[in-house]
Amino acid sequence: MRYLPLTDTAREEIKKAIGIDDCKELFKSIPADKSYFDLAAIPSALSEPELIAEFKAMGRKNFFPGYLSFLGAGAYAHFIPEVVAYLSAKGEFLTPYTPYQPEVSQGNLQAIFEYQTMMTMLTGLDVANASLYDGATAVAEAVLLAVRKSGRQRILLADSLHPEYSAVVRTYTQNLPIELVTVNVNEADGRINLNDLQAKLNDQTAALVFQSPNFLGVVEDSAVLAQAVHPQHAYAVQAVAEAMSLAYLRPAADFAVDVVAGEAQSFGLSLGFGGPYLGFMTAREEFLRQMPGRIVGQTKDLDGKRGYVLTLSTREQHIKREKAMSNICSNEAWCALRAGMYLATMGKDGLALAAGDSHLHAAYFVSKAAKSRQVRIVYQKNFYNEVLLEIKKGTAEAFLTALKKNKILAGVPLNWFYPTVSNRVLLAFSEVHSREDIDRLLQAMGEYS
Amino acid sequence: MSPLPDLIFEISREGKTAHGLGASRVQSKPAIDPGLLRTAIAGFPQVSEVEIVRHYMALARLNYSLDQGLYPLGSCTMKYNPKINEKLASSEDFQAHPYAPHELVQGNLELMARLEEWLVALTGMAGFTCAPAAGAHGEFTGMLIVRKYLKEKGDPRRVVLIPDSAHGTNPSSAHFAGYEIREIPSNAEGIIDVEGLRPFLKDDVAALMMTNPNTLGIFEKNITAIADALHANGSLLYMDGANLNALLGIVRPGDLGVDVMHINLHKTFATPHGGGGPGSGPVGVAAHLLPFLPVPRVVKDGGKYGVVFAAPHSIGRIKNFYGQFLVMVRALAYLCSLGRENVRQVAEDAVLNANYLRKKLQDVLDLPYPTATLHEVVFSDKNLPVKTLDIAKRLLDYGFHPFTIYFPLIVHGAMMIEPTETESKETLDEFIAVMKKILLEAREQPDLLLQAPRQTPVRRLDETLAARQPVLKWRKGENR
Repeated sequence: MRYLPLTDTAREEIKKAIGIDDCKELFKSIPADKSYFDLAAIPSALSEPELIAEFKAMGRKNFFPGYLSFLGAGAYAHFIPEVVAYLSAKGEFLTPYTPYQPEVSQGNLQAIFEYQTMMTMLTGLDVANASLYDGATAVAEAVLLAVRKSGRQRILLADSLHPEYSAVVRTYTQNLPIELVTVNVNEADGRINLNDLQAKLNDQTAALVFQSPNFLGVVEDSAVLAQAVHPQHAYAVQAVAEAMSLAYLRPAADFAVDVVAGEAQSFGLSLGFGGPYLGFMTAREEFLRQMPGRIVGQTKDLDGKRGYVLTLSTREQHIKREKAMSNICSNEAWCALRAGMYLATMGKDGLALAAGDSHLHAAYFVSKAAKSRQVRIVYQKNFYNEVLLEIKKGTAEAFLTALKKNKILAGVPLNWFYPTVSNRVLLAFSEVHSREDIDRLLQAMGEYS
Repeated sequence: MSPLPDLIFEISREGKTAHGLGASRVQSKPAIDPGLLRTAIAGFPQVSEVEIVRHYMALARLNYSLDQGLYPLGSCTMKYNPKINEKLASSEDFQAHPYAPHELVQGNLELMARLEEWLVALTGMAGFTCAPAAGAHGEFTGMLIVRKYLKEKGDPRRVVLIPDSAHGTNPSSAHFAGYEIREIPSNAEGIIDVEGLRPFLKDDVAALMMTNPNTLGIFEKNITAIADALHANGSLLYMDGANLNALLGIVRPGDLGVDVMHINLHKTFATPHGGGGPGSGPVGVAAHLLPFLPVPRVVKDGGKYGVVFAAPHSIGRIKNFYGQFLVMVRALAYLCSLGRENVRQVAEDAVLNANYLRKKLQDVLDLPYPTATLHEVVFSDKNLPVKTLDIAKRLLDYGFHPFTIYFPLIVHGAMMIEPTETESKETLDEFIAVMKKILLEAREQPDLLLQAPRQTPVRRLDETLAARQPVLKWRKGENR
């Protein structure tokens, strides 16, 4: 077997050296009646060509690549420069472990340091960690962070938070003394209902957790939200599912938001059927020593030369065990490294272009679809790159099925998350869509009746 | 001159660009309040494509990686990452959007179902979820399952027992599942026994989290008796499967009384560690815990695969979408390549290699627990004129990545060595020779160790400074 470099001769030499005749002697501490179990249920080995054929056959059962997709809702198709794919695939980046020996890990450490810097530039906040698992778990960790920092137990969750993020927050906190309260959304503008927020906010509230752009596609007025919660000494925690928006919208720090946590898959990670993606967390400086996850810091070596290490590790499980800020150990280091490569490659201009086109393509669609007799644009302004459509006649499922016949995936039906909402669809746009793509969508919609 | 390349921000120059996007042909106006829009990002990189490539190639050269050589980090199972698996995982065929209609992604759903079947066959557990993102996430998921199960039986209980040799994630994961931790001392053999466990086994104990083989590399031979004692007490047995590599094709944890376990695809199943992640930490359960697995669940209905998004007893959702799907692609490819013919050989070779290192080094290093070991061996720095750290740093000068140091905590100056099955005897002999040379240097020229490393891009780094005066990002003019 090509992955096993021991030859039979070497095996015999080792057995002789360690004083055994048979490998079974190595495992004699295992109950004899349980060991060397029957392997009959396990499939036979495939050769490399057979493996390729087997996976090709499985891949052929995925018809997704043949469709024009406007799916988003937390996972977004953006263009990935070839340089990013080429560089991130290098074994030097793919096959090291966590940089526990910084003298031989400066490449990864510097790359993550650069990534942290760019995430703080995008949100305007002071500090960023080295990554968390994904957007949903990053928001759950932000909830725990707010509770730790404030010493309070009440968390207000906007109803427009990605439903899977809310679900993960509920799972994470199900055995902890944390009270989760949902804040309603205005039907009229898709934003948080400020009256409901004020009614639910009290002096025991740790934080308001809101998403912007939210799950309905609408950009919140974060300044108003932060101003609402700060007098009660509660934190404003912003969740972000579409990180590309950070390059188009005013940074959270300008609105006095305290923590921004979410999903950065848009920064150079392929859709990959949902993972691995990249959870991120940025915060004001005062949260630093309570933050979860690894953090890279700059320091000096014995000769006074600049270098980087994992730092502030007294927050972490390997030092603090059950008193740690989080149980996270393995994170999404390679995804963060790749996101850094993506951001550096796109650069100031490229990122602005991709982020701008993502909005402008959505705006183009809205301007054309606004005249449609088949659909209604629910929120005609303050969307970023996602648009909520209401189907005037019939259900979302019927609408999507009809467009699927034209090889178009015209969005995610909201009834997947809100079973009572049967006629709404969320569509996502980005720089990958051409004008022809959007016109094709509009034409197919026009033919739907 | 610094051996590190300048930061990407320091090589940035106004007017340079590395992206190849064209101008959009769509004419439209922004539909957002102008006050919500940002201006250009100050300091953001402006670098040409060739400079991007050279920057990252310079960084790549500063990394030690498994592709370069031995990486014997104990309990991390740094085995070779097959290259074909990378190619398969990057295939366009597997890059669907996670909300694509199920009939368009039958291949992806089949792939997840097949991986779960493999894991069931190898572990003897009744079912698996591949949703957890990493080992610690799997532990947390497992402990949530334990708690929900006990709660529905009437009492979630208060305490989780964890051996003193356990990894730090175990107590942390149990803590976030709402439990108090009681530490169980290992006995003189380095394992847990029923007599030692008995005083802790009160009626408030929800579970014992046991790593098997444990972090000393020793198989917890009392596992079935311990499982019986736990079950008689109404408690569950959680097995941390971080070290499953030693048992692959040898024994199924499901046959030993384990109720819940997690495994690490990035350890046992050869997916790349990526400098610290992504991992993937599938959780397997015995039949009585199946209803508590997280959602979503991939199910086969007739000839088609579908997904169940809600189940009445489930702990709920623990991650966005389905989990680390592209890691699953690699793990399944690895298992298909191994097949029935090789799975057992993996464990045998891993254990042979570890025992060979143990045999060859036990004359020169203190072995605190003489008990037989499987896939790894832990030495201490007892009787050495230098510290474990110094030996580790000197190894860097000889071009080897060191072993895990100062863990497990119950061994003074622990050196935890796991070569894995993907190292040749020639490499092990070279490592043994270097270790012996270093131990000789430790007595004759200790300065070589105390000053090590000298051959690396940077020398020992000041971690105290990094923590006392945190510099966590580049600021114009402030990082020199």
